[in-house]
Amino acid sequence: MTALTERQQLAYANAQAADGRVNLEFETDEGMTLNMGPQHPATHGTLRIVVKLDGEEVISCEPVMGYMHRGYEKLTEVRTYPQVTTLINRIDWLGSFANEVPFILAAEKLMDIEAPPRAQWIRTVLFELSRIANISLFVGDMALHIGAISAAFYAFRDREYVLNQIEAATGGRFHPNFDRIGGLKDDLPKGWIADTKASMEKIRDFCDEMETLVEGNEIFQARTRGIGVIPADVALAYGMTGANLRASGVDWDLRRDQPVGLAWNECDWNVVTHPDGDSFARFWVRLQEIRESTKIVDQLLDGLPAGPIMAKVPRIIKVPEGEAWVATENPLGEMGYYVVSKGDLGPFRVKIRTASFNNVAVIPWVTRGVYVPDVVTILASLYFILGDIDR
Amino acid sequence: MEETPEAPEVDEARQAVIDKLTEELGEAVVGSHIRPGDDVWVRVTAESWRTAGLVVRDHLSFRAFEYLSAIDWLPNPYGKNEDAPTDPRPEPNTDIVTGYAGGDTRFQVIARVQSYTSKLGLNLKVDLPDDDLSLATWLPVYAGVNWHEREVHEMFGITFTGHPYLQNLYLPGEFEGHPLRKDFPLLARFVKPWPGIVDVEPMPASDDEAEAETEEAAE
Amino acid sequence: MSAPIFGIELSYWQETVLRSVGILAAVLLPAGTFVYLFLFKMVSFMQSRLGPMEAGPFGSMQLLAEVGKFLQKEDIVPERADRKLFKLAPYLVVATVLLVYLAVPFGPQMTFVTNFDGGIFYVLAVSSISALGVLLAGWASANKYSLIGGLRAAGQLIAYELPMVLAVIGVVIQAGTLNMSGIVSAQANGAIFGFDGLGNPYFFTQIIGFCIFMIAVQAELGQTPFDMPIAESELVTGYITEYSGLRFLLFFIGEFASAGAFAAVAATLFLGGWAVPAAWADLDSAIFNLLGPIIMLTKMMILGGLIFFVRFTFPRFREDQLQKLAWTVLIPISLANILATTILKVAF
Repeated sequence: MTALTERQQLAYANAQAADGRVNLEFETDEGMTLNMGPQHPATHGTLRIVVKLDGEEVISCEPVMGYMHRGYEKLTEVRTYPQVTTLINRIDWLGSFANEVPFILAAEKLMDIEAPPRAQWIRTVLFELSRIANISLFVGDMALHIGAISAAFYAFRDREYVLNQIEAATGGRFHPNFDRIGGLKDDLPKGWIADTKASMEKIRDFCDEMETLVEGNEIFQARTRGIGVIPADVALAYGMTGANLRASGVDWDLRRDQPVGLAWNECDWNVVTHPDGDSFARFWVRLQEIRESTKIVDQLLDGLPAGPIMAKVPRIIKVPEGEAWVATENPLGEMGYYVVSKGDLGPFRVKIRTASFNNVAVIPWVTRGVYVPDVVTILASLYFILGDIDR
Repeated sequence: MEETPEAPEVDEARQAVIDKLTEELGEAVVGSHIRPGDDVWVRVTAESWRTAGLVVRDHLSFRAFEYLSAIDWLPNPYGKNEDAPTDPRPEPNTDIVTGYAGGDTRFQVIARVQSYTSKLGLNLKVDLPDDDLSLATWLPVYAGVNWHEREVHEMFGITFTGHPYLQNLYLPGEFEGHPLRKDFPLLARFVKPWPGIVDVEPMPASDDEAEAETEEAAE
Repeated sequence: MSAPIFGIELSYWQETVLRSVGILAAVLLPAGTFVYLFLFKMVSFMQSRLGPMEAGPFGSMQLLAEVGKFLQKEDIVPERADRKLFKLAPYLVVATVLLVYLAVPFGPQMTFVTNFDGGIFYVLAVSSISALGVLLAGWASANKYSLIGGLRAAGQLIAYELPMVLAVIGVVIQAGTLNMSGIVSAQANGAIFGFDGLGNPYFFTQIIGFCIFMIAVQAELGQTPFDMPIAESELVTGYITEYSGLRFLLFFIGEFASAGAFAAVAATLFLGGWAVPAAWADLDSAIFNLLGPIIMLTKMMILGGLIFFVRFTFPRFREDQLQKLAWTVLIPISLANILATTILKVAF
């Protein structure tokens, strides 16, 4: 026998060891650990899911987050109130205008200022536009994870119309930073209302297209119906909110049930629920929510009141002492800010309650006993954004 | 026009919540506050934390869990780090002034629960003495409090007795310290001075001035 | 030797060289065309984008650019991988494709093996070797994602062999021969219920067999909706995860070449292969040595287009749903198809 080189010996030993290692993992009760790591196509961003498998069936599934933790709650303590808006824009970066609103409303509540009606209405319109931008990405993204890659392109294409409108009004597609304590930074540009209504038409066409292509597809339904069922009481105990909650049959929408001064009650729209609580229900509810949002935008733009954009606020903003909690129905769920103020230029403590933090906590419960492809389906349907979880 | 003194608004629904809670818990309710039409705060003792949770969930039907967090009432000894590093540091204020529903200690745990039937929310606060930063876990009450308690543990150092897995959520494993405490400095502001300060460093002098300075220093 | 090609007598070795070059051309040309037309352009237009436009006019040289890119990459073998098997796997897959093309007739004399009696039987047997290559790639990569992909592939590929074979049996019964050239001439010279203007392409009479064959081919190729082995959003790229550079190129070309191979086989079996109906032209004339490949390429393009159109439209099945489809739906239907064909063949 010829002398083996050291490299060959090493390779042989490694091959044997690799074999043995996998065999050993198969035979233990704990199952094979598959690390759908921070870099993975299925987790939107840097979320790590440690899955223990028995063949293809999940024994346990633990999400590990914190790869994107930026320390927002600590950072807000050294910022003034207007500076905090630039910071919190980046929590849920797809529906970014919606992040600023609850904080601004909390500060306004403590200062006892009310923004003029025109500002409130435009805030609502921009809020709904961010919701449309955010959820239309979800629709394409979930189809992508199930395998229909073309749908994601259609979602990006049609979302551009909404992003163009947001950019035309605020100057930024992704991080508008447009809300100010007491109102908005600027009024709307000329012709914006007509353009936005045209883009709402396109979004409605997009919804119809997605219904035929994705929702009606038998394979999609076979992959999502009955997968990841979350009953209503479990959803409430975990603090899930938003479309996830409404897909489990709970009829709760903060826009209708806890009004915060924005203009949702001025128009006529429905709250969409679905009794099943599975992944298909979550997809369906969000698709209908896009339609309802387009209705809201159309109605609000029709009746936009004239008037000033900004209330009378002092130049240097000092918020009086107190504590306030404001939560709004953001695209991902319920986002709330608990602002503790000591009468300074900046807040004393801000607790940012984000929707995805609670939505992701339910993953270990809901993925017991499903297959690996179902884990991806469930992750896609729960719809979280990493910045929202980690802050 | 004559100004009539306004009668204080009475928020009946929220007052009823406080009354029912006091009825169930008795002595454990040590403080409360209502902002009429808006919100209600109740402070309970640390020993009754778990019972309060069960009462609130079962008897008052606050079935939805919002969040659980903590507040450190110590004023920030570092200020905002917006002062020039050459100025004398201002004396830190060590008075602990707490917020709504009172409080005697530096750390307070605050939790919020929501009722979807009565459309009310309730903020529950509890004082924690500095030498015994521990509280009974709320896991049997709301399953979703798991990650919130882990976060409070790593950020404030508050232990939740009975929680099976109080590991760090965001921070790496060997991290020392509890970042959200006020005496934990925001390192970014120390490493790089706040750029809004004027004249942090002396302006680069011209050659004549530099010579004059060195001559002066030599004298 | 065979009859003179275009009147030129060639010695044995000259013919062999010509045939070998021809086979390589037959494999790579359709593969390249498939990649450009379907992967770069058709899918881009379906997804409302343009696709590669820079390399060459309308991006037609993009594949050459990609080949060049892959050829100059570093040769990486993961440290814990089984080196021999890791390196062997892509060659197995590509070899399978070449072997399949050997039996497909491209013209009256454009066959690699003259008068191959075992034609379709050989093709079906040899096409299953690629399953071995996939399993090797999955196991030898020392990567759990590859392992899961490889195991899924093994189950899927074996499960869908059966409907493919059973669908082909209907054609064989109707043609009466396993010889691929014989099947082509049976379709060209045949008649549907006495009407011989169109020949007898088995597309019409064996429509069920055609559908089952195309579904099985989609699964054999590992294309969506049967792309569990690759399943990009779950398994990163399944059994191909650890491959880069030349080996990845071999898998890539192998995937499209085998799409071409199966399209060629399907065209031969169901669409009449290189021939047009005998009523239209004289099939023995030498002109069909030139026209045959062109006609064959056209038919391959049509079928390949169908395969890739379905790939970029549908979501993917979970593997248990996939297996259920194969075992409980496709096999019973194909058995019924065979039964019906036999009865009708005997009756008519």
